[in-house]
Amino acid sequence: MAERDSLLPTKPSAQRLGHDKPSVKDFRIGTGPGAGGFRALVAALGLAMPSSIFADVPQAQPVLVFKLTADFREDPDPRKVNLGVGAYRTDDCQPWVLPVVRKVEHQIASNDALNHEYLPILGLPEFRSNASRIALGDDSPAIKEKRIGSVQTLGGTGALRVGAEFLRKWYNGTNNAATPVYVSSPTWENHNGVFGAAGFTDIRTYHYWDAAKRGLDLQGLLQDMENAPEFSIFVLHACAHNPTGTDPTPEQWEKIASVMKRRFLFPFFDSAYQGFASGDLDKDAWAVRYFVNEGFELFCAQSFSKNFGLYNERVGNLTVVGKDGDNVLRVLSQMEKIVRVLWSNPPAQGARIVATTLSSPEHFTMWKENVKTMADRILSMRAELRSRLEALGTPGTWNHITEQIGMFSFTGLTTKQVEYLINEKHIYLLPSGRINMCGLTTKNLDYVATSIHEAITKVQ
Amino acid sequence: MPTLSVFLDVPLAPKTVGKLLDDFQKDDNPNKVYLAYEVCMTVNEVPWLPPVVPKTLMKLAHDPSHSYEYLPEHGLEAFIRVATELLVGQHSPAIVENRVGGVHTIGGSGAIRLGAMFLKDWHRGPRVVYLQPSQKEQHGLIFQEMGFIIREYAFWDPYRLASDTGKLFDVVEHAPERSIVVLYNPGSFILPRKKWTKLAKVMKRKQIFLFFDVLDQGFISGDPDRDNKILRYFVTQGFEFFCSQCFSSSFGLYDECIGNLIVVALSNKALLHIRSQLDSYARYMWCSPPALGSRVITTILSNPALRREWKKSLRGVVENIMLTREKVKEKLRLLGTPGSWEHITEQDGMHSFLGISVDQVDYLVTKKHIYIPKTGQFNLTCINNQNIDYIAQSINEAILAIGLGPQPREPPTTDSVVLEDSELHIPGLKGEGTKFSGLAALLRSKK
Repeated sequence: MAERDSLLPTKPSAQRLGHDKPSVKDFRIGTGPGAGGFRALVAALGLAMPSSIFADVPQAQPVLVFKLTADFREDPDPRKVNLGVGAYRTDDCQPWVLPVVRKVEHQIASNDALNHEYLPILGLPEFRSNASRIALGDDSPAIKEKRIGSVQTLGGTGALRVGAEFLRKWYNGTNNAATPVYVSSPTWENHNGVFGAAGFTDIRTYHYWDAAKRGLDLQGLLQDMENAPEFSIFVLHACAHNPTGTDPTPEQWEKIASVMKRRFLFPFFDSAYQGFASGDLDKDAWAVRYFVNEGFELFCAQSFSKNFGLYNERVGNLTVVGKDGDNVLRVLSQMEKIVRVLWSNPPAQGARIVATTLSSPEHFTMWKENVKTMADRILSMRAELRSRLEALGTPGTWNHITEQIGMFSFTGLTTKQVEYLINEKHIYLLPSGRINMCGLTTKNLDYVATSIHEAITKVQ
Repeated sequence: MPTLSVFLDVPLAPKTVGKLLDDFQKDDNPNKVYLAYEVCMTVNEVPWLPPVVPKTLMKLAHDPSHSYEYLPEHGLEAFIRVATELLVGQHSPAIVENRVGGVHTIGGSGAIRLGAMFLKDWHRGPRVVYLQPSQKEQHGLIFQEMGFIIREYAFWDPYRLASDTGKLFDVVEHAPERSIVVLYNPGSFILPRKKWTKLAKVMKRKQIFLFFDVLDQGFISGDPDRDNKILRYFVTQGFEFFCSQCFSSSFGLYDECIGNLIVVALSNKALLHIRSQLDSYARYMWCSPPALGSRVITTILSNPALRREWKKSLRGVVENIMLTREKVKEKLRLLGTPGSWEHITEQDGMHSFLGISVDQVDYLVTKKHIYIPKTGQFNLTCINNQNIDYIAQSINEAILAIGLGPQPREPPTTDSVVLEDSELHIPGLKGEGTKFSGLAALLRSKK
């Protein structure tokens, strides 16, 4: 899941927010080689400019993370730390190209026989089958019984969008935009945005984060499921919940599944961190596979941005699990039509890299090692930060830092404390107190820990 | 758990794309020829790739400084800049006045989708979009999904055997004020300057919103600059418009889906506002666009040597297409095929109308294993030295077997301008499949 925590509403048409705009550059009338352009001509003739038919289109709200990144970039302080980024960083604060990706990329570039025609609308077949296999496991009953299908998509967002469009058109009646869609509170901003953009009108939240306990609010979650209308859609984070880093345990998942089954609720998993969370592909896919084994029909949106470090090639997959092959076939035929009017054909490069890696035992082994390298670094940063805060005697408990999983941690810092960190300490993080563990390095740990300590002791 | 699937009532969507190709692939006749590819083919019957592209791909794969970080939401800025310059020209007043920009999209379809979503929310006017038949299936479905009514108009006159871009006057005159008109590949329009001036005036008066669709810039004349003269004329006339820009054919990288939605606005402020809204639509469809294709194009277009190389290979392909036109015409002449074949060389671009009847097309497909869409519009790059004789002989045979050959003649009066609201069936709402009617069926797109 990418970093798109937007400040405000999801519906662009709802954003008629007035006219305070960021810097608007001056027009360079009459300068440069294009002097005598249309505007200059109009000005020379003393005519009024015709008004734009889009004159009342306001500036849409910028995305918060981008602003944070921009502020960070412009901050000259040498101590500055960015804990707001949405991507992996090495211990030197650098992006990391996975060695296996580099290797496969070279292999693809030297393949003269490669055909650069459009991919099929549903995507590269070997990518789709391998991606779904990774999610569901080699001996998934659904794969054996040939009742799964896949659609290659533009990252996890694209997978959510195709799934959402399909559900709006064909689930719980025809074109039933009123089916309630439940997303966790809090969640990744795009969950609201994508389902809203796909036309759903009733997007609700379910209890998830217990701020006092700094952990999962299981009772609240189960209660919301009990109270949800039958056939509601529940968006579930497969692992490494964004932004809280808090996942249900297997026993808790079992309870969740049992209520969902009894209440006829539809699970739509978002799996953006498989392998990246624990370092183990199977462990991170436990929840999805458990639901499949329990006989659920479900969707699973997969992103390969994080676990392949392929953020900019937009590699995603939507796995469909149905009761039987015939159902899946019909679902896929409708998804093909949906893709045609979204982007028509998906891009190939990222899918080729992932498919080549997953289908070769040698590359696959190497990839698993690369993924573990990233996961292990995050785990060690969690342990280091916690031990430092405990050593400093920072008020509060800090075990949640190591109990949380994945790239993000919900620190429990208040908005004021966050402001203090940004303004006084040049440490950039989201107002929610979410930090990206990858922003921590062996070099800045001490500084970050003492700064957090200071923020908590000085600011209430 | 319900024992029944929640997907029980989902109907199977019939396959609308690729039926002709399926039939071709199943055909085991050794002489079979497929003339309906969308992509530009080489004489060796593989998709054309300018030699500079694999070279650049290799270079990029070995660039140690490259990382796979997310592109900004609206895409690779450098790419948008070179693509915009290629479209409107480096010295365009819109560039000087800082009122043209773009959003990097997933191919041409992504650009149409993004533009259509914006127009749905922000364009005040009748929900009517005018499209050419060749765009109808792809773009028509998108606009229809966004709630627009589709009306189609055609330049190809099957009676006079010529493209008549003057028909655009009729379209604009008949269109309700503030309609949206999609102009496909304006490079192929043949109209004297005076007429363009007049057309622009009418469009301005009726506040027509233009949505250009530039698919193969450079494929008409071999020169990307020359191909876009008309679009640039509209820029100088102070129009605000959208342009979907697709790089698939001109760089041969169909599989990287490289597109742009170019916005020409009236002011920098308007541009910023429109772009920020477009970003928010993209955010919930694909988040940010894929990088590789745009990096290749940016590398080539911003390096003078590579750019020259690309333009040269593009010119080579276009010259070859022109030569093929001459050859086909000449072969038919030597065979004494009835009818006039001048229209073959009078058209330009990669695809052309053969000008034969539906029955004759059917004869070619079923009897001669030559696969042509029902419109008779075929891809010239699919013709090569190995198959040209067979193709010419088969056309000759089809003409002799079924009536007269193409002959320019006066059209029946009722057919001059028929603009009917199309019934493109949206999947999942009413029925299935795509229905065409009347003249629309006759002029149906190449797909």
